[in-house]
Amino acid sequence: MDDMDYLFAVFAVVWVVIFGYILILSFRQRKLQRMIESIEMKVAEKNDGSA
Amino acid sequence: MGKSALKDNILWGLSFALMMAALYLIFLYAPTEKEMGDIQRIFYFHVPIAWVSFLAFFIVFAGSILYLWKRDRKWDVLAHSSGEIGVVFTTLVLITGSIWGRSEWDTWWIWEPRLTASLVMWFTYIGYLLIRSYAGEESKGARFAAVLGIIGFMNVPIVYLAIKLGRTLHPPELVSDLAGSMLLTLLVSIAAFNIFYALILRWSISIKNLNARAKEMKRQLEEGEVI
Repeated sequence: MDDMDYLFAVFAVVWVVIFGYILILSFRQRKLQRMIESIEMKVAEKNDGSA
Repeated sequence: MGKSALKDNILWGLSFALMMAALYLIFLYAPTEKEMGDIQRIFYFHVPIAWVSFLAFFIVFAGSILYLWKRDRKWDVLAHSSGEIGVVFTTLVLITGSIWGRSEWDTWWIWEPRLTASLVMWFTYIGYLLIRSYAGEESKGARFAAVLGIIGFMNVPIVYLAIKLGRTLHPPELVSDLAGSMLLTLLVSIAAFNIFYALILRWSISIKNLNARAKEMKRQLEEGEVI
């Protein structure tokens, strides 16, 4: 491997890890938003049932 | 669009523009270093990433002190979020340093003071995150983690001073000796990674707040309370 290969490896690793972390955050956020929506729906159903 | 979303969009745009500018400067503008050649360009990633990891752990330290003092959850959330980002960035510091070492020293790893201290710091903050996951009760985990967040920060000056105190193979920090174009490239890269850190930190905090809200709503629903 020459210098440019190592440089490319660093560049690739940095961006793969950073984008991987962004993807993890994005999945976490989406999962929580879905969870909150589902709880809100259950609450609405419960309120409709008791009305 | 709300004020906060607009501010976020502006910051993301600024971060993207600065990252693009940094990449241009790193690969096309900064001159090739005489002794090391092109491999020295790793320095423009490695140093800003290391700087952000130090900053992230300083925020953990400050957040931990404030949490133990005020017992306000927002400081714990700040410290926790920053700790997570600090671990991601320290992982990158170790990987990028190791790749540079393979090229320059012909080995992926050497047990010398700076590298060893960095690895110890990484393990400390992995421990910090694990304590939170396994503590069970949330406030107990936050308290234990805050203590470790304060003690663990002692690693940061040790990592920084390791090249001054011991016999080390790590290149010295000679920022003042850098040529103007190299210094400009380094500063733009540091600015780009700092803004990126601030954005990710804000995002991570909002996710942790969302998590707390979801947990609370779930609890209220299970206990039949009105939401």
